[in-house]
Amino acid sequence: MIDPGQGVDRLGDVEIADGHVVALHPEGTAPVGEGTLDAKGLWVLPGLIDIHVHLREPGQEYKEDLLSGSRAAVAGGVTTLVCMPNTKPAIDKREVVGLLRRRADQIGLCDIQVCGAISRGLKGEELADLGEMAEAGAACFSDDGYPVMNAGLLRRAFEYASDLNLMLMLHEEEIDLSNGGSMHEGAVSSRAGLRGIPAASESSLIARDLEIAHEFGGRMHVCHMSTKRGVELVRAAKARGWPVSAEVTPHHLFLTDLAVVESDYHGHTKMNPPLRSREHVQALREGLRDGTIEAIATDHAPHGDVEKEEAFGCCAFGVTGLETSFALSLRLVDEGVIDLSRAVELHTAGPANVMGWSDRGRLEPGRRADLCLVDPEVVWTVDPNEGFSKSVNTPFVGWQLKGRVCTTIFEGNIVYQNGRPAR
Amino acid sequence: MRGVSGLGQLDSLEGLTNRSGWPHSLFSTDGLPRDAALEIIGTAREMVEVGRRRVKKLPTLRGRTVINAFFENSTRTRVSFELAGKRMGADVINFSAAASSGAKGETLGDTARTLAAMNPDLIVIRHPEGGAPWFLRERVGCAVINAGDGINEHPTQALLDALTLMEQLGDLDGRTIAIVGDVAHSRVARSNIHLLHTLGATVICVSPSTMRPAQMDQSLKAQWTDDLDAVLPRCDAVMMLRIQRERLRESLFPHNREFAIRFGLNPRRADLLPAHGIILHPGPMNRGVEIEPAVADGDRAMILSQVENGVAVRMALQLMLLARGEG
Repeated sequence: MIDPGQGVDRLGDVEIADGHVVALHPEGTAPVGEGTLDAKGLWVLPGLIDIHVHLREPGQEYKEDLLSGSRAAVAGGVTTLVCMPNTKPAIDKREVVGLLRRRADQIGLCDIQVCGAISRGLKGEELADLGEMAEAGAACFSDDGYPVMNAGLLRRAFEYASDLNLMLMLHEEEIDLSNGGSMHEGAVSSRAGLRGIPAASESSLIARDLEIAHEFGGRMHVCHMSTKRGVELVRAAKARGWPVSAEVTPHHLFLTDLAVVESDYHGHTKMNPPLRSREHVQALREGLRDGTIEAIATDHAPHGDVEKEEAFGCCAFGVTGLETSFALSLRLVDEGVIDLSRAVELHTAGPANVMGWSDRGRLEPGRRADLCLVDPEVVWTVDPNEGFSKSVNTPFVGWQLKGRVCTTIFEGNIVYQNGRPAR
Repeated sequence: MRGVSGLGQLDSLEGLTNRSGWPHSLFSTDGLPRDAALEIIGTAREMVEVGRRRVKKLPTLRGRTVINAFFENSTRTRVSFELAGKRMGADVINFSAAASSGAKGETLGDTARTLAAMNPDLIVIRHPEGGAPWFLRERVGCAVINAGDGINEHPTQALLDALTLMEQLGDLDGRTIAIVGDVAHSRVARSNIHLLHTLGATVICVSPSTMRPAQMDQSLKAQWTDDLDAVLPRCDAVMMLRIQRERLRESLFPHNREFAIRFGLNPRRADLLPAHGIILHPGPMNRGVEIEPAVADGDRAMILSQVENGVAVRMALQLMLLARGEG
């Protein structure tokens, strides 16, 4: 049993009933009988939480839908995810939030929390129906995929969302600095002959938005942080006690802009923000260690061939990640970047705290019986064609990873086991 | 997709050596071996002679199919490749399409597979986005020549420029060449920097900082300055790049007049070159912007030789890619 949220790392048994954790028993003291799952040699973790996922429903179900996304999630040990609102149509009304919540309940593999749009149609012009969406169950708000370039609108969004006690997840990108670029701007883009997206595109907007959140009040979360200056700005804001949090993706923790050239300009190395250079990757890893970044989130962004079978500059931004995320974090442990406890925390208590959820993210009596069992010894090779997502756009194809989720339990029920989701 | 390396496994550009695609294709001059470049240029010299004959057609590539796939408007380069293919005896087909995804209702992947199903021996690709030749090659079995991909590379232009320079200057070892203009967004500049470095020349890029490639000292083997007058006296040749109108919108420079004053090649500046110094321009020229008419039409300008050598280089490449290695 490993639960960094309460400092647990020992042999023992988890007793669950009625969808909740009842007790943690020291080794050999639990009653054995009906409904016992032998997890000998496995790690028992709280169910993983991924707060940044694109499920593409409604509107682009050929890329992913709630069912295929749920299957991919539980295969990766994820029992709670937050789906982003840049669907077609956008999730900017209570009807869409409600529809998704009902669909997620019907599927029942994992908890799909809905992030509503900040602005109507993600256009950055006027507020979406934040209050109605909150009433329908929206967990937070974001225009992810796009920044909120209108600072006045962002101010009002912060103020309004504060009343609802919900945070804004911000895609930080100064569009005029990105200027149509497709990879990180630096030595590699100069050599590769591609237009660049400078690091200041991200950090300058983080700086602006920290000031806005601070002056007008509001809970700010930085999505998919990718730059060294971004980490430094968030670290400094936290030191002043400002309520800000940040997430990082697995691909920004492992890959550099060199991957674009190494892959011969393959579309699966194109994402937004782009893969950055080594100094940025190292700064992100440092941000994981010192607590500046509290969550690893995938920005799981499935795309079909229509979007990716194009020249680099034309193809869509984004890569998948649900099924490889935790195993990649175990590789961070192997590489000595973080310890196992921190790795688990970044997928459980960390994101739960970001979202303000006290009913999950820990193996604690009274909390939801969302669990994830990991076989730490199994070595496997990433092959997207064997995955459950409808899309195959991962840059980690062919990577050998050690440690893999073998069983996922959601509200006390086994939803993934022996390589198969329950539905 | 080929697997990519994680942090710590590949830490610099120098780990990625030959990106040229040679000898099965030609994507880039980045890493094109010196011997191969000199062989292409040497073969092209022979083709210059062929082009001056009364009967210019060789039977070498008879029965072979070359597709010129142009996803971006181009007359000069397409005509040059078409003429080169026809002079080598190949059947040359021109194919044009719009590039942007969605607009044409077909992905580049589908277009590539469609072209491949016609069993061409060579596809020449011009595309507005960098990397398109690599993308194409992964989906077709035949040879691919990059005829310009976005702001990335235009390797046949660099080879024809090298041939022109060597005709006038001999060996390029130890020579100094200035490249003037929007280096950051120029495929001509990028291919020339790689090839001239391989051939032993020193390259000095001259531009305002807005047109200097990011972290140039770590990425490209060339020097940079914004002072054209200071470098011209030590240059054996100067290459003027075409100023693109659309760059005005990106505020890379205030207006044409100011660019002409700071970076244009006028008669006064041309006289700063040493006596043997020559002038190149890839065309089409903006007379009065990057180059004044008196200079463009003067004795030092090699612009029409470049055009003639372009056909010869493309003949040589088609010959080497298609007729050799088949015993």
